[in-house]
Amino acid sequence: MTQPKIKKQLRLLIFSVVGMFGFGFALVPLYDVFCDITGLNGKDYSRATAVPMSSIDESRTVKVEFVTYLNKKLPWQFKPEIRSIELHPGERYQVSFVAINQSDQDTFGRAVPSITPGYGAQYLVKTECFCFQEQMLAANEEAMMPLIFYIDPNIPADISTLTLAYTLFKNEPTEVAMR
Amino acid sequence: MDNFERGYVRLLKPIITINTLILGMVSTPLLAQQSTLNMTEGVTGISNTVYNLHMTILYICIAIAVIVFGIMFWSLYQHRKSKGAVAAKFHESTTVEIIWTAIPIVILIGMAIPSTQALILMEDTTEADITIQITGSQWKWHYRYFDHDLEFYSRLTTSQAEINNEIEKQQHYLKEVDNPLVLPINKKVRFLITADDVIHSWWVPAFAVKKDANPGFINEAWTKIDTPGTYRGQCAELCGKDHGFMPIVVTALEPEAFDNWLAQAQVTAKQQLQAEQQSLTQTMDMPTMMSLGEEVYNRACLACHQASGQGIPGAFPALKNSPVALGDVNKHINIVLHGVSGTAMASFAKQLSKKELAAVITFERNAWGNNTGDIVQPSQIDAALTSINQ
Amino acid sequence: MSEIQLKDNADKTILDAPAITTHIDHHSAPHGYKRWLFSTNHKDIGTLYLWFSLTMFFIGGAMAMIIRAELFQPGLQLIEPNFFNQMTTSHGLIMVFGAVMPAFVGLANWMLPLMIGAPDMALPRMNNWSFWILPFAFSLLLLSLFTEGGGPNFGWTFYPPLSTQYSPDSTAMFVFSIHLMGISSIMGAINVIVTIFNMRAPGMTLMKMPMFVWTWLITAFLLIAVMPVLAGAVTMILTDKYFGTSFFDAAGGGDPVLFQHVFWFFGHPEVYIMILPSFGIISAIIPTFARKQLFGYHSMVYATASIAILSFTVWAHHMFTVGLPLAAELFFMYCTMLISVPTGVKIFNWIATLWRGSITFEVPMLFSLAFIVLFTIGGFSGLMLAITPADFQYHDTYFVVAHFHYVLVTGAVFSIMAAAYYWLPKWTGYMFNEKLGKWHFWCSLISVNLLFFPMHFLGLAGMPRRIPDYALQFADINKIVSIGGFLFGLSQLIFVAVVVMAVRGGKKAPAKPWEGAEGLEWTVPSPAPYHTFDTPPEVK
Repeated sequence: MTQPKIKKQLRLLIFSVVGMFGFGFALVPLYDVFCDITGLNGKDYSRATAVPMSSIDESRTVKVEFVTYLNKKLPWQFKPEIRSIELHPGERYQVSFVAINQSDQDTFGRAVPSITPGYGAQYLVKTECFCFQEQMLAANEEAMMPLIFYIDPNIPADISTLTLAYTLFKNEPTEVAMR
Repeated sequence: MDNFERGYVRLLKPIITINTLILGMVSTPLLAQQSTLNMTEGVTGISNTVYNLHMTILYICIAIAVIVFGIMFWSLYQHRKSKGAVAAKFHESTTVEIIWTAIPIVILIGMAIPSTQALILMEDTTEADITIQITGSQWKWHYRYFDHDLEFYSRLTTSQAEINNEIEKQQHYLKEVDNPLVLPINKKVRFLITADDVIHSWWVPAFAVKKDANPGFINEAWTKIDTPGTYRGQCAELCGKDHGFMPIVVTALEPEAFDNWLAQAQVTAKQQLQAEQQSLTQTMDMPTMMSLGEEVYNRACLACHQASGQGIPGAFPALKNSPVALGDVNKHINIVLHGVSGTAMASFAKQLSKKELAAVITFERNAWGNNTGDIVQPSQIDAALTSINQ
Repeated sequence: MSEIQLKDNADKTILDAPAITTHIDHHSAPHGYKRWLFSTNHKDIGTLYLWFSLTMFFIGGAMAMIIRAELFQPGLQLIEPNFFNQMTTSHGLIMVFGAVMPAFVGLANWMLPLMIGAPDMALPRMNNWSFWILPFAFSLLLLSLFTEGGGPNFGWTFYPPLSTQYSPDSTAMFVFSIHLMGISSIMGAINVIVTIFNMRAPGMTLMKMPMFVWTWLITAFLLIAVMPVLAGAVTMILTDKYFGTSFFDAAGGGDPVLFQHVFWFFGHPEVYIMILPSFGIISAIIPTFARKQLFGYHSMVYATASIAILSFTVWAHHMFTVGLPLAAELFFMYCTMLISVPTGVKIFNWIATLWRGSITFEVPMLFSLAFIVLFTIGGFSGLMLAITPADFQYHDTYFVVAHFHYVLVTGAVFSIMAAAYYWLPKWTGYMFNEKLGKWHFWCSLISVNLLFFPMHFLGLAGMPRRIPDYALQFADINKIVSIGGFLFGLSQLIFVAVVVMAVRGGKKAPAKPWEGAEGLEWTVPSPAPYHTFDTPPEVK
């Protein structure tokens, strides 16, 4: 191979390598954009959504159950105010979760939601939720943490029960990125 | 080896395999019976469906195997060079390729239809009568009746002595627990499954229910049991050293018997809570604590820390002569209550009553020659639970 | 083809092979440790891979013996559960990455240049590095077993959080060892692709290549596609454990199931990486001993390619119980069932090759015939596993263990042994002891079925995987399985004897010891000269 050809190929190869590294770094913001647009990965489930103007579907009800799990490292008590509620799709509802910090130190907790059935998750629309950010409870403090939500009227007919589970984890008292 | 022997040896292979196939065909009716060889038919509609699907696919596979291997072995016998066979020249045929691509596809479609139907049935968790929350931890299960205030841990009760071959193994070796899950028959039971630490999996073959327990996430499964009885399963996802030692036992009762049990269990739970509250005001003496403590130790601690208190070097620390058991009692209490993060030492705060916790810590501080003379009281445990030491 | 000066081989072993070189020698062939350490010769590197693989096979096999010894009876007799978990984990890692894959690479190195009429691999120095990384990688892995906290104990599939938050300190050694193995495989795959595309003898079009070359070409693409995925998965485990990331930790917004998707996206093509070269070997051996051309060559090529492409669409069939949506479960069930079609086509084509051939039953043929029957049995249990509702009863039980050992041991490993027997005369210059080889075959055949067939029953009866102790109803069958295991392990010593004896001497092998063999590798003398095809042959 001639010298210019080798030089050209070398330039191309170096450019590709640098380009691939750059692409790797760019993937972080690109991923965010992609998931925002497509709604994949539930990235828009943990953010407040605008209050809808849609009507309430009186013809059916959906049972929403609340379940809590406490990670053993967190010395709190964490319970839902009510176990379940029957709601019309479109109807806004507020439920509280009681959290008690049983220790004598301030601790931070973060609630991670999980909904079953999985394909029903997108229809449980939270307008305000304590799970959007980490919560701090002072020593021996008790708090009522609110969740305001409604069920999207477009929810498929075959879903009659949605179970919302929160697992509360202990966080270190540093800034936690909102997800 | 002379020609006769060579011929005999060459026949051996097809003979052995034909015999095996015949044996296989004869044994399938045997397999169809409940035995230690085949899947269970189970006690639910779904488990029966799954069993039938399994047998159907198995029979189809056996039929295909008989035909295909039959042709192959016939060829191995008939087309031997030693028999004088001369090789033909053909080496391709598009027609034949299309045929033996199309026929398997048709068979597969035939299999896929009942499989799809069964799966759709299995995944329909709606309209349940009762919901049970199941949480897997290292190495036990926790059950909570969603609509009632009843929850408990379910742990293996097989003794270490049986496991270590010191005494004879009992009938339900490794498949017995202290608190089985009690369910009513003829009611649709929905399970909400999660885990506390690592991934576990809740499996009861008699129900054909197997669902992974993922920490931080919740999974759903359901069953409807037709027959009362006791059904045993196991954890089905590697979860650490005692993965093989966290069985599942379900007792299925007639609806009235179940209601009675539930009411009684709630009463018992209340009583235990009251006893616990009372114990906070009591002062226990050494003999009581050592005796109870030893019993609790054997149940909950011995598997790792060993009967001798010497643990297993490199894996589980010794308690005999250990800085923890001989040192600051509050530090010792804290470790037992909250575990040690990043190690296999679990937190026992929720698993044992305050009296049991006090007893076992007392035992550890005085057994094996440790002799600190410390007696830990239930009230100390209560105080420790409201204080957090990193 | 260049003239070859042959010396009398009677007292020479393959280790002395440099004495047999062409007159185009432009440097004196190195001797001693330098020959092996710095080799850029595809035959020597192939030899290194093969001996390495055999060693790892015995090490992984020893771990299996420990496992079966503990499982011989209910109760804990010999080892602690935590050590048992280390044994099952290491057994899997060593067999997959240390025995099967290097054996196939060794066969590729030895045979691909010979089969396409090339003088060596395209990138001989990278070839050397590909091999020498492996002893380091496996030393790292094996040494981790001796650290204070023990070696990896979370299964070869290393699911988090067990492998991140609850794993021993040696996990970093495990991670780096996997990185090294991956680098070795990727470089090897690059070498294979470049060699096959660029260095075929004139006249050898793609559709004239032997099937072993085709299957390795496709395998190499699979390797390049998925080894980086494994590297990614294992790196995320590393950062989750040591650097505070939360890819797989719900507390930080992650998901343990994400790991399973990433791992199995690698893991499924990986198992096809471990079987496609087998298909190539069988496609070489059956026609030879049936004295009849392979039936449906084009079909075989397309079927192999279909299997490779489909292998990317089935990964979640390892995850049916994690809580997938119904649509996903159905999709993966259908795709997995579909893969059996091209696989079946291949099996039918082999049988059609036998049909109206003129068959003899030398040792390579015995292993190949056993492959066809037993791999197919593994395929049937695979089809059963594909059926999602039934899989809920099979998943994570001994039924799965039976399935993958059928396809990997009586499948891949038997094909490797078939290949070794087939090409030993070419490598060593001597015919191996046929009688001993037959003993090896029959002992292995009977013991391997004793070992793995009853595992189907254990799984159906309800015995989970990865448990060191079991309920009493599983005791009788476990005893039979363990005995089969010990016998199978012992039988492999016969193989070592056959190989060592063949290296040292025996009846001289001609260039083409098998009457019905076709291919360029049989046009060079036995043993193959150090340098072959310095000028490319003409292929019609």
